[in-house]
Amino acid sequence: MSDTVIPYMVKPHPVTGIPNGKFGIWLFLASEVMLFGALFSSYVLIRTGAPHWPPEGGLSSEILNVPLATLNTGILITSSITMVLAWASCKLGELPKFKLWMGATILLSFGFLIVKYFEYSHKFELGHYPSHDNFYAVYFTLTGLHGVHILGGIVVNSYLLGPGSKLWATDREHFTNRVENAGLYWHFVDLVWIFLFPCLYLL
Amino acid sequence: MSLKAFHVFFVIVSVLCALGFGAWSVAAYQRTGQGGTLLLGILGFAAAAALVWYGFWFLRKLKGVSFL
Repeated sequence: MSDTVIPYMVKPHPVTGIPNGKFGIWLFLASEVMLFGALFSSYVLIRTGAPHWPPEGGLSSEILNVPLATLNTGILITSSITMVLAWASCKLGELPKFKLWMGATILLSFGFLIVKYFEYSHKFELGHYPSHDNFYAVYFTLTGLHGVHILGGIVVNSYLLGPGSKLWATDREHFTNRVENAGLYWHFVDLVWIFLFPCLYLL
Repeated sequence: MSLKAFHVFFVIVSVLCALGFGAWSVAAYQRTGQGGTLLLGILGFAAAAALVWYGFWFLRKLKGVSFL
């Protein structure tokens, strides 16, 4: 194994003007925009092509649990705030505060998944699976994929809170950049939910 | 774009979402007459106001950090 160090992980690259890690996360988020964009487009096409939406009648807000989804929206917005405060703590050189805010972010993420679990369980009890109709197919696909992204965020954030935080002792700026990249991903995932919530539950 | 800039964008979108949700809840209350829906609407407007306050507080706190 060579000891080659990946260049420009802390200092900005002369061509892009930002560190390579940040450039990489933005490229990744661009691919995510295409993934969710394709699914949103499919949703719009299916919905506009349907004689009635939801197909079984009524309103989306009568079929899905709006109070629980509102709670989850609040949880995710709060988690973005705690995430950015974790990054700000790194910027200000306060590792204990970083751990506090990052821990809060992870707890809130689990809170979101627990609420989602109850929402899904209720739907399954009623026999409403993705195969039920197009409405439930779209609902489970979009919220399920979003849930997988939340899980991914929990894994990354837990790493940064646990073993990943050892980097703080040797290279604070590099560690802070990693937290920022995780924060950019987290904000994107939360932003997707802010679009999903009105589209699926309210409209 | 840094996390600071993305966070400001996120807060703006969240405020719009909260206002939209508040308006939707009030309309739903007028349609159904359910008090719980009106309460959700009030919560939505309160959340929007709190987020606007938070946004300015955040900008003051990270005044020295670049948007890039």
